[in-house]
Amino acid sequence: MIPAPFDYVAPSTVDDAVRALADAGEDAKVLAGGQSLLPVLRVRLAAPTKIIDLGKVAELRGVREEGDHLVIGSMTTHYDVQRDPLIAEHAALLARATDTVADPQVRHRGTFGGSIAHADPAGDLLAPALALDCEMVIRGMDGQRTVAAADFFEDFFTTSLAPDEILVEVRVPKHTGWHAHYEKFNRVAQAWSMVAVAATVRTDGDTIAEARVALTNMSSVPVRARGVEEALVGQPATAESIRAAAEHAAEGTNPTVDGNADVEYRQHLARVLTGRAISAAMAG
Amino acid sequence: MTATIEPEVGKGRLRKEDERLITGRTRWTDNLTLPGLVHLAVLRSTVAHAKIVSIDTSAAKEMPGVLAVFTGDDLDPEGKIGMPCAWPITPDMKSPRRPVLAQGTVNFAGEGVAVVVARSAGEAEDALAEIDVEYEDLPVVLGLENALAEDAPLVHEDLGTNRNALWVFDSGEAGSGGNVEQAIADAEVVVKRRFRQQRLVPAFMEPRACVVDPTAAQLTMWSATQIPHILKTMSALTLGLPEHKIRVIAPDVGGGFGGKIAVLPEEIMCLLIAQKLGKPVKWTESRSETMVAAHHGRDQIQDLTIAAKRDGTVTGLKVELLADMGAYLGLVGPGVPILGAFMFNAIYKIPAYHFACTNVFTNTTLTDAYRGAGRPEATFAIERMMDELAAELGMDPMELREKNWIKHDEFPYTTVSTLTYDSGNYEAATQKAMELFGYEALRQEQRERRERNDPVQLGIGISTFTEMCGLAPSRVLGSLDYGAGGWEHAAIRMLPTGKVEVITGASAHGQGHETAWSQIVADQLGVPFEDVEVLHGDTQSSHKGLDTYGSRSLAVGGIAVVKATEKVIEKARKVAAHMMECSEDDLEFSGGKFTVKGTDRSTGIGDIALAVFAAHDLPEGVEPTLDSEAVYDPENFSFPHGTHLCATEVDTETGRVRIRSYVCVDDVGKVVNPIIVEGQMHGGLAQGIAQALYEEAVYDESGTLTSGTFADYLLPSAADLPSFTTDRTETPSTTNPLGVKGVGEAGTIASTPAVVNAVVDAVRQFGVNDIEMPLSPMRVWQAIRTGEKAAGGPGAEAGGGLGSIDPAHGGAQ
Repeated sequence: MIPAPFDYVAPSTVDDAVRALADAGEDAKVLAGGQSLLPVLRVRLAAPTKIIDLGKVAELRGVREEGDHLVIGSMTTHYDVQRDPLIAEHAALLARATDTVADPQVRHRGTFGGSIAHADPAGDLLAPALALDCEMVIRGMDGQRTVAAADFFEDFFTTSLAPDEILVEVRVPKHTGWHAHYEKFNRVAQAWSMVAVAATVRTDGDTIAEARVALTNMSSVPVRARGVEEALVGQPATAESIRAAAEHAAEGTNPTVDGNADVEYRQHLARVLTGRAISAAMAG
Repeated sequence: MTATIEPEVGKGRLRKEDERLITGRTRWTDNLTLPGLVHLAVLRSTVAHAKIVSIDTSAAKEMPGVLAVFTGDDLDPEGKIGMPCAWPITPDMKSPRRPVLAQGTVNFAGEGVAVVVARSAGEAEDALAEIDVEYEDLPVVLGLENALAEDAPLVHEDLGTNRNALWVFDSGEAGSGGNVEQAIADAEVVVKRRFRQQRLVPAFMEPRACVVDPTAAQLTMWSATQIPHILKTMSALTLGLPEHKIRVIAPDVGGGFGGKIAVLPEEIMCLLIAQKLGKPVKWTESRSETMVAAHHGRDQIQDLTIAAKRDGTVTGLKVELLADMGAYLGLVGPGVPILGAFMFNAIYKIPAYHFACTNVFTNTTLTDAYRGAGRPEATFAIERMMDELAAELGMDPMELREKNWIKHDEFPYTTVSTLTYDSGNYEAATQKAMELFGYEALRQEQRERRERNDPVQLGIGISTFTEMCGLAPSRVLGSLDYGAGGWEHAAIRMLPTGKVEVITGASAHGQGHETAWSQIVADQLGVPFEDVEVLHGDTQSSHKGLDTYGSRSLAVGGIAVVKATEKVIEKARKVAAHMMECSEDDLEFSGGKFTVKGTDRSTGIGDIALAVFAAHDLPEGVEPTLDSEAVYDPENFSFPHGTHLCATEVDTETGRVRIRSYVCVDDVGKVVNPIIVEGQMHGGLAQGIAQALYEEAVYDESGTLTSGTFADYLLPSAADLPSFTTDRTETPSTTNPLGVKGVGEAGTIASTPAVVNAVVDAVRQFGVNDIEMPLSPMRVWQAIRTGEKAAGGPGAEAGGGLGSIDPAHGGAQ
């Protein structure tokens, strides 16, 4: 439970952080709250030679409006995301998913960007980011670039971030007035999601006008349930139509097998939980 | 001296030890430091069964801060040191030598292979990576039935078998009952079931740690142990050290649950290395080491056959167990399933009983005591069986129990397994529990949900349990070939200022002895609660004891305290009579004062203590001391009991189980401190429910523990548990002067079958008659879908296993 030795720097600007990361070479790791990294260090599954702590970079914290987008600094804590009025108004799905992350202690330390960049397929913020068509703003020595969520997550714990790049912001298209729910299924309160469903819906009268649905832990990366979305649009918001649409939830998924669930059970859960997520969103 | 008016016993006092325990501002083994202290780190086998071809420690020795690296052969060149097993359950029991560090072969993944000594814990840990061990794989023996197969490879080649021992009890042969085969042959109804007790990890809060200081007159060992006294004697015997040259201290210890009843190879290693280097040494394990190297619990396959008449009268019970010992025998490991032998008949009048347990070696972490130790396994099986029999007969499961249990006016009652239950009132506890639970209304709701085919089905689970506590009458332990007695020691020191020091041989590790013993002594001696200090866990002050396990501390150690106070009072009476110039017979002692009968002349015990200290004017021949000690050997076990009722909602679409309500009415005899009792119940319930729903130690086919972190080994938190309704009836034990029985294990023993019975009850209409523990959502869902075809049975897909920290994908931001 004692990590291997490493050097530690805590820059106060993004520029300094990027430079420190570039200078440190491939054996560096970025610390963005540490709720995933520290356990890995302590059991020595990772032994980076340098840790660059973003905790003191003030410009990476906070939420602001930019036209039809919200911009969330990557070091904004889960606690702050849960309580941010802009997120509540324009991206309620993120707040609902963040409510389910771990426990209050973790939510005070863990960060939105840290979770996204960690890219744990069982992490709860990936699917909402995908469902909302978020864009990842990335900074490196060569400047800034933006990657769509759909292209950002590449594999288990793997993103399109280069070793010398930092996720600085997440741009969220406003989904003002959309219903939202995150339906999480796990075995104990503090466990990772076995399967979870992020759903957000815009209604027009009694009709579903638009729907965004994405699944947690149904593949090596978050999965967009396009079949469900298409089946919902234009339908009346009835239990019947929701159930029919949810039948498409497991299409295109490729879940892992572990002691908690085999493929068949995970796909079954995806269908059941999708129906529940949409119903709960409509009710909420 | 103020006399206490209100009795302390029965008062819900907050625990005096809690401030320091909860804030952590106390002395644990790991935060102890000594001049010149050096640190140990153990390299553990990554493979389950292999020959050790070579161990190259040369690079590790060159690492910064490293003082030495030792292998098993370095520490024990003659290969003679073996960890003790104190419970040879049969004369022909097979006992492999468990070395300090593996010598020649490794027999489970997690066994120590080498140890680094360094100036800091970090440097010791860093050097582990530089030790190069070459293994040559041996076939891995996993699974009880596999291990017993005719052509099975052997865990210990030299033993010639994987069978550790066969222990049998038969009521026909013992003369305590009839012949079970006859009962089965004659039965109107026979139900057979196979249950699996999954393997559990005793997840105590403080990992194990040990410090040894060789620089004082005595070799001093601090250890996070439940058993400092036993550890002292066993260390002397194991290493051939003179016992009077060893002092063992268990400072504050952060939980144990049986997991710290052990003589650890690491403790023996610390003794050896400290002496070798002439420096104090410290070993503290990581949680990852706890998971693989500290002993596990449970792990049995239970085959039960119950015979009954159509009217529900049970006529016989046959129990055949396979119990996994792991790769070696722990201190009391082989005896754990044998403790269960006396509990399968539970609260029932069963006329014929047969019990046979085969202990088996496998290439896994050894198993030993874990909260309840043998009794939860037995209680689970019989309480599940009663529900199964009720279902077979179409009877209400409570009615079936009532028909068979011992009535309150039938005590004392000698059971078919030869124990004599002194007291109990199952009717009273059950009636109270049924009222609190609202049994009839829940049954009604269950019927309605079934009728409307509700996606959420309701089930009701019952567990009417008893247990044997207060381990134990020494003569009984002797008859079971246990390697020690079951008495306990206590001493009272009366200080000149009237304050009291109590010395106890019980060794608290979270139970609250300091508070409870203070309450007892306050009443006995009539001194304020605050004036009592309880000393324990150091063999220098508490020189005699048999420590804490098996819900024995109050029922044995607490009674020793009472006996010691009685001796103090008798000594003080002589002095009081002398001081007040009267006859001893004219004195009565109450509220801390000796009063001359029929007068208002009195002398307080504090004044007597001061007079004895001065010793200026004592009666002829009286020693100038009130200090007294007592050793109490119980004449019988104590038998707490209770009725636990659990209502679960099962989401048939997902298989998720939600405990809707949990009611328990326990009878633990006279209660010293209701808050402590309540705390023990809540913790016990959480652990028992966790076995039913969450916890399981899982090995893959290579013998690697895949549930090796708390990400995979699921412990529930308060968020996962219902709000418990707990209540009590109080039927005093008749075999000890306080009337106490013990409460440390009750919740764990009773709750597991209540939960599983409730889940099975919720889905029985789908053809389900068992689901293997832990009842994960997938298992419940599969059981519902496939009915009895796939329900239950060992070898199903294991639970746990979600590892979000994946070694292959260590990338983390």
